[in-house]
Amino acid sequence: MVQNAEVSGNINSNGIEHKKTELSRSNHNLVTVKNLKKYFPFTKGSLFNRKKGQIKAVDDLSFNIRKGETLGVVGESGCGKSTTGRAILHLEKPTAGEIVIDGVDVTRLTREELRCMRPQIQMIFQDSYASLNPRHAIGHIISEPMMIHTDMKQSAMKERVMELLELVGLNPNHYGRFPHEFSGGQRQRINIARALSLNPKFVVCDEPISALDVSIQAQVINLFQDLQKELGLTYLFIAHDLSMVQHISDRVAVMYLGKIMELTTRERLFNTPLHPYTQALMSAIPIPDPVKERQRQRILLNEEVPSPANPPNGCVFNTRCPVAEEICTRSAPEYREIETGHFVVCHKVDAL
Amino acid sequence: MDNNSTGQQIPTGVAASTGLAIDQKQETGLWHFIKYTAHLLARDKAGTIGLIMFVIVVLSAILAPWISPHDPLKQNLRHAKKPPAWYEKGTMEYPLGTDNLGRDILSRIIYGSRVSLTVGFFGVLIASSLGIVIGLFSGYKGGKTDNIIMGGVNMILALPYLVFVVFIAAILGSSLLNVILIFGFTDIPIFVRITRGEVIKMRASGFVESAVSIGATGNRIIFSHLLPNLIGPIVTIATFEMSAMIFYEAGLGFLGLSVPPSVPSWGNMLAAGRKYLVIYPWIATFPGLAIVFTGLGMNLLGDWLRDVLDPRMRRVKK
Amino acid sequence: MAKILEVNDLITRFYTFDGVVHALSGVSFDLDEGETLGIVGESGSGKSVTMMSLLHLLPTPPARIEGGKALFYSNRNEQNNNTDPVDLLQLDKSGIRKIRGGKIGFIFQDALSALNPVMTIGRQISETLIEHLGMTVDEAKKRSIELLEYVGIPEAEKRFSAYPHQFSGGMRQRTMIAVAIACNPEIIIADEPTTALDVTVQAQIIELVQRLKKEMKMSVIWITHDLGVVAGMADRVLVMYAGSAVEIAPVDDLFYNPGHPYTIKLLGALPKIGEEGQHRLESIDGTPPDLLSPPAHCQFAWRCPHAAEKCWQAVPAAREISPGHHAACFFDFAARRP
Repeated sequence: MVQNAEVSGNINSNGIEHKKTELSRSNHNLVTVKNLKKYFPFTKGSLFNRKKGQIKAVDDLSFNIRKGETLGVVGESGCGKSTTGRAILHLEKPTAGEIVIDGVDVTRLTREELRCMRPQIQMIFQDSYASLNPRHAIGHIISEPMMIHTDMKQSAMKERVMELLELVGLNPNHYGRFPHEFSGGQRQRINIARALSLNPKFVVCDEPISALDVSIQAQVINLFQDLQKELGLTYLFIAHDLSMVQHISDRVAVMYLGKIMELTTRERLFNTPLHPYTQALMSAIPIPDPVKERQRQRILLNEEVPSPANPPNGCVFNTRCPVAEEICTRSAPEYREIETGHFVVCHKVDAL
Repeated sequence: MDNNSTGQQIPTGVAASTGLAIDQKQETGLWHFIKYTAHLLARDKAGTIGLIMFVIVVLSAILAPWISPHDPLKQNLRHAKKPPAWYEKGTMEYPLGTDNLGRDILSRIIYGSRVSLTVGFFGVLIASSLGIVIGLFSGYKGGKTDNIIMGGVNMILALPYLVFVVFIAAILGSSLLNVILIFGFTDIPIFVRITRGEVIKMRASGFVESAVSIGATGNRIIFSHLLPNLIGPIVTIATFEMSAMIFYEAGLGFLGLSVPPSVPSWGNMLAAGRKYLVIYPWIATFPGLAIVFTGLGMNLLGDWLRDVLDPRMRRVKK
Repeated sequence: MAKILEVNDLITRFYTFDGVVHALSGVSFDLDEGETLGIVGESGSGKSVTMMSLLHLLPTPPARIEGGKALFYSNRNEQNNNTDPVDLLQLDKSGIRKIRGGKIGFIFQDALSALNPVMTIGRQISETLIEHLGMTVDEAKKRSIELLEYVGIPEAEKRFSAYPHQFSGGMRQRTMIAVAIACNPEIIIADEPTTALDVTVQAQIIELVQRLKKEMKMSVIWITHDLGVVAGMADRVLVMYAGSAVEIAPVDDLFYNPGHPYTIKLLGALPKIGEEGQHRLESIDGTPPDLLSPPAHCQFAWRCPHAAEKCWQAVPAAREISPGHHAACFFDFAARRP
């Protein structure tokens, strides 16, 4: 319980004491995920004719996140990207797999140990309004982690709250206001301030900007990047907006039906995508540039996404894949490292 | 909590959402709360009327010894069966007339409100406090615990309510305490269901999950996050249930199963007036009207509270 | 090219409890035959309210249309050969009903709630046909199946008797499009039709609407918050901000030579695909103004990096900065003469 010792105890009220330099993108893995699975059981049919099944929301994921880097996860709705984030933070108990965060296997922790570790591993939710208790003032909301995990005095907490508000670009004097008095972008900043209140190491951002307007998205994205630089944070950034993910991430994982299809650096992913699904996805992103748009060739996929409750045999993408062959319907391709740091799951990748 | 807790229901409108008005000084405290409530009432006439009706009943119960013109128990056979003041034979001495034993009907109605409100208030207090605890437990635990509790609750709800209540009342005998206990316990399922439903809804919504994600303990989640957000729906349901209890108490009284016949209660008065319904209709009419008045007032109030306390109403309108 | 729709100085207000929301304060634009006009803006900018005002889809009260004209130059007027424009805002209930779903088709963002969940897909299309074109039930069924095939729904005959929940998001949107084009409309108005869809499906819906537009010789108004979508499909773009049209321009002009500081900033706020290295997005500080008490000066002045004294004194009128390119700004940013 190393974490516990760090967290409890009186945190210095001028807070953030991260070294700004050495932390950025070291080779040290902060998060290692091995064979992560999350299945949801479901029942179908009437009371007397019940069938049981499993939805494989996340099926056998393995990846790691280096200290100080941002790993982006993209995919369409229902691909399991949110479940992945929630399973890593144990907001959903994983069905199987190993999750090591900063040397601690969180799947083996007791409930109490996990609870004490929570401030180290934080989450920013998509719905900035729903994730704030409407009956609490934001000062209370932001200081809640400190109330739980430290024995800081009221005055010290207030000082820290004001400091955090300033850090995320809000007026420190607004700590007495309630969530409904803020706009969507401001509420997301409040969520960020709370997540940061006990100096987390790892932050999962689950579609944090999807509900925001374009001009506000840019503000929040910039805030994420500034905070990363300043505090040496490590992000798992989940979104469906490829262009934003590309902007903020160092490496990107593309998910489809609970599996990673391709994982590589953002430059490689966007310049030389290897998996047919990534290629189709890339070709479908609208580019705010009329001339480029006119010149583009879109790869149009059949739009019938198979149900995760009943995924296709073999490669999960074979029903929509433009280059699928007989082998793709028979056997599932392996998760292969084609080049250093470039993982692809496809039988045909060599031919492509 | 600081005094902001009273000011929190104030939707400051689009202005706040845009962030431009953010530097205005925010008013907080009791005075603002009163102003805001008045402002919400002005918007809803039915709610205002309901509140006024409810306040009248409550005040008459509290002030009964000072405002009732006669002793409600004092019999005066010389003045028995006097009609209300506006009848030819009526006098201002007994504005609503007298009953068969010469007791002043107005005074008895005023005192009767004490019985009704006592039953309603304490009945709801018992039902809601136990119902909230069970509902919270059931909704928060989920799984098997939840299934078992809800099974029991649904079984109780499936019983024909009035028959059930009459049955228990007949066994326990008539006293104010028994009536309160009967209503208090038989009404628990309603509060269990409401609480459990709200808890399940809140668990799915973000702020409970985000409390989990910062490592909040179960107690903190229940007391700091779930409970305060239950107040709105519970208060609303409590209002409706209180008015229902007042109705049922009158019903039991009419059957002679509530408070002893000597105690002035609206149900007892109805029962006493039944025999004279054709010849001396005022004996039963006025307590009947009192029941309707109270019930209507509380239902109007409940409707208004439902609108006001609904968290969605507090959301900034787009 | 001939104009098909001309909107002049449209003013819509909402009379709410908190006060009067100035949802639209004088929006003007026109639509040519056969063109695609993209309308972009953030939430609350009034892009949807504009279209809903035109088609009388706003609840009144609280909404009230307080001024303006919306002339619809219908040229497929079978009954009488008059080419006089109709002012959509002046039409009564039955008049607008004939046009809405008839000559002007409408596609909503949320297909699931726009379709009736307890009515089969087929019946929902047939109803439009029966109501607007007076078809018999059998004719309508036949035509509905044709339409479903036309919008790319496989096994249309079988799907005719399916319910909306049995369809995927993309198929539901296709169904909505089938309903919208059922009466051979002259204009299709699409209000964020792909916002709720995944990118791969979005690409297909855009492709479909483009094809239909060409084949059926329609004009399209495409409302979206996504500048990328607009770049790919629109001929001209209208940018809205806080209830006013701040810029309207041919698509290339808008993207390569924007004339309004808001447009310039908005384009800067978008991440560039395939960029090397990490850089910062240009962000627009602050939030849009409160429409309850809109200022009597340029709406964007609060957030504008170039705001000068006169920007705080009057509302700038739209002016033409190059042919067909109008911007509501005192300065000419396109010509780099601020």
